[in-house]
Amino acid sequence: MRARLLPLTAASAFGLLALTGCVANTPADSARAALTVDSSTDACTVSAQDAPAGTLSFSITNSGDQVTEFYLLAEDGLRIVGEAENIGPGLTRDLVVQLAEGEYVTACKPGMTGDGIGKAGFTVTASDQVVAVDDDLQAQIETANVNYASYVRDQVAQLVTGTDTFAAAYVAGDFDTARGLYASTRSHWERVETVAESFGDLDPQLDLREADLEEGQDWTGWHAIEKDLWPADAEPGFAAYPAEERQRLAGLLVQDTATLNEKVQTLSFTLSQQTNGAIGLLDEVATGKVTGEEEFWSHTDLWDFQANVDGAAVLYAGVRDILVAKDAALADSLDAEFAALQTLLDAQRVGDGFTLYTDLSPEEIKALADQVNALGEPLNQLTSTLVL
Amino acid sequence: MSDGASGGLSRRGLLGLAGAGVAGLGLGVGGDRAVIAVAASATAPSPATDVYPFYQEHQAGILTPAQDRLHFAAFDVSAGTTRAGLIELLQDWTVAAAAMAAGRDIGDFGAVSGPYDAPPEDTGEALDLPASGLTITFGFGPSLFEDADGVDRFGIRARRPDELTELPHFPGDMLEPGRSGGDLCIQACADDPQVAVHAIRNLSRIAFGRAVIRWSQLGFGRTSSTSTSQATPRNLFGFKDGTSNIKAEEPGAADAHVWVGAGGGPAWLAGGSYLVARRIRMTIETWDRSILREQEAVFGRDKGEGAPLSGGTEFTAPDFAITGRGDLPLIGAAAHVRLAHPTRNAGIRMLRRGYNFVDGTDALGRLDAGLFFISFQSTPENFTAVQLNLARHDALNEYIRHVGSALFAVPPGAARGSYVGAALFA
Repeated sequence: MRARLLPLTAASAFGLLALTGCVANTPADSARAALTVDSSTDACTVSAQDAPAGTLSFSITNSGDQVTEFYLLAEDGLRIVGEAENIGPGLTRDLVVQLAEGEYVTACKPGMTGDGIGKAGFTVTASDQVVAVDDDLQAQIETANVNYASYVRDQVAQLVTGTDTFAAAYVAGDFDTARGLYASTRSHWERVETVAESFGDLDPQLDLREADLEEGQDWTGWHAIEKDLWPADAEPGFAAYPAEERQRLAGLLVQDTATLNEKVQTLSFTLSQQTNGAIGLLDEVATGKVTGEEEFWSHTDLWDFQANVDGAAVLYAGVRDILVAKDAALADSLDAEFAALQTLLDAQRVGDGFTLYTDLSPEEIKALADQVNALGEPLNQLTSTLVL
Repeated sequence: MSDGASGGLSRRGLLGLAGAGVAGLGLGVGGDRAVIAVAASATAPSPATDVYPFYQEHQAGILTPAQDRLHFAAFDVSAGTTRAGLIELLQDWTVAAAAMAAGRDIGDFGAVSGPYDAPPEDTGEALDLPASGLTITFGFGPSLFEDADGVDRFGIRARRPDELTELPHFPGDMLEPGRSGGDLCIQACADDPQVAVHAIRNLSRIAFGRAVIRWSQLGFGRTSSTSTSQATPRNLFGFKDGTSNIKAEEPGAADAHVWVGAGGGPAWLAGGSYLVARRIRMTIETWDRSILREQEAVFGRDKGEGAPLSGGTEFTAPDFAITGRGDLPLIGAAAHVRLAHPTRNAGIRMLRRGYNFVDGTDALGRLDAGLFFISFQSTPENFTAVQLNLARHDALNEYIRHVGSALFAVPPGAARGSYVGAALFA
């Protein structure tokens, strides 16, 4: 098992050091074979036709005048084992892959159309590096993709129901009820926030904070209502919204949430969208929630925090079996860091909610922030570990 | 001209135009550090020995090849300071700045040659150091012309250019009052940090009782080049940014984009410029764990070489039309290089002169780091147009936030014997 938690650069530097102390043709465990590929207008020249099993890096230079792609294919010349796409003329990009012993095919695709050119055999020879080959992988990925899509639909459906109830209370002037529903309803949004954010106009209409506005922009969505429900920190002279403004904001909130619900019905996900979604959710925590900026008026940031973490944990759980097969140590690390973060959050539970952000001590906030970083580092290895 | 340019000593008796004139001979007055240093290193010229003249048509520190270090300070003029007091301060600052830019101590006696029972005129930490390319650039904020209560403290309200108002709120701005605004500013740039700090320290000492520092910022690595002789440096995200910055060697570019033209504003500002300063905090920890694909997509450039993702090398013009897989552009719609590019901003260009900063860590243990953005442009509307475009769409916004902001009108350079901003008070 390679030293996974080390950044790649550190790992390869170690490899070089190790090499200097070895006979040149017996690479140390952590060494990786480095190959170059020249993708020109009419050729695809790989610097070697074979390499030992393990981690290989192909440094692909586009010497042609069109955008190119490089493919590493299985022996059948069809199944993609690794690829580097969108390489502009003159640019160099690295493809880092783990390859088991066997026969492969390399090819380039200048212009990004057709079957590709310069197809050539590439042999990966036996080494003491063990690279797992899992024929069930594709089926597992398919299952994870389908499961996540249904999770998103379920959360948005609950968001629709909760929003309708919340909006009705707000319009009716029942502020106590609305305040009680605010954070728990938003949790459904926050669990799938990175998906919801992918719909251009809906996210700003529903989730814009006051600081995000430009001058003269109409402020709608959750946070505009939040300020009206919790005006304690508002600027001097802030007046409660009149009934017709409440009606308008609540109507738009319900309407935009219904639109979101329609849009997620047909969504499907790829593996990288899931792993990057988990990363994105934790980034949301790191930049908005742990700083208390998201719920500027209600200070219910920890509800959002928990919901973002829930969403990331669901994404992780969906791909965990695949990860265990590929890199059990990373799975162990993620299990531990997720658990540690949850322990910190659980310590702030009050009833069915959480401590207000403004009631947290600086030490408690810092502990949460530190643990977000501790989880973030291994979590952000997921894409490169799982995705081809 | 008013009493300001008479060449008399200021009321403090600390500084005098006469002193500067004598010091120009390099004999016996203060310590002429530049001369000493040049002599000492005559065989090995280095940037540290660069000396930029202070008295010029345009103030130095704008088109000057960007030095490596910055100390920037915004000042508030103290209550009770009169118009005459403000003029006197500007005169004193001018004399001191000219001396320091020449590599000399300030004052008649400098750091160590004065009366034994008097505090030294110069604070002394730049003794033995060469001029280090020091430039000192002065600017006037909107509040100098009219304060928050609408008071015209110095009788110059009628001379305020229409464009010199607070910048608008941009989407995502999280500005801190203690890092924003200011009546006056001083940008000190040098290749030695101690020389830049020495400049601000002595100028703020001169100002005690008349103006006080509102906020200040140290910068340790230039993030742009203003000359074709300089390589494009990297920002703290590890990317080359500002590749297509205005360079001193570009004929006409500064006249078109940096300097206020003779008919482009009030006469006192002709040959000057507008300085925008923005303290842009980077969420370093989040950025550092983002995947390389994301990082390059955010900037629209390749991290290693700085080439646009459309291909070529660093200085190849980006091709925003070229597409890759799925017919999507290689440089995405929200990529920084696309949104900031002149071709996407009605041809607007500005001269960027920003610096990296790391001010320790914040309460959450995160690096308090980022870019102290400085730009010079012929009108602040150019900055506003580009920044609005960036604030709305830039993918980089996920990893940055603007926490400080200030705008200053930068008067033209002072003539020898006069002072910076003299035309404003004429």
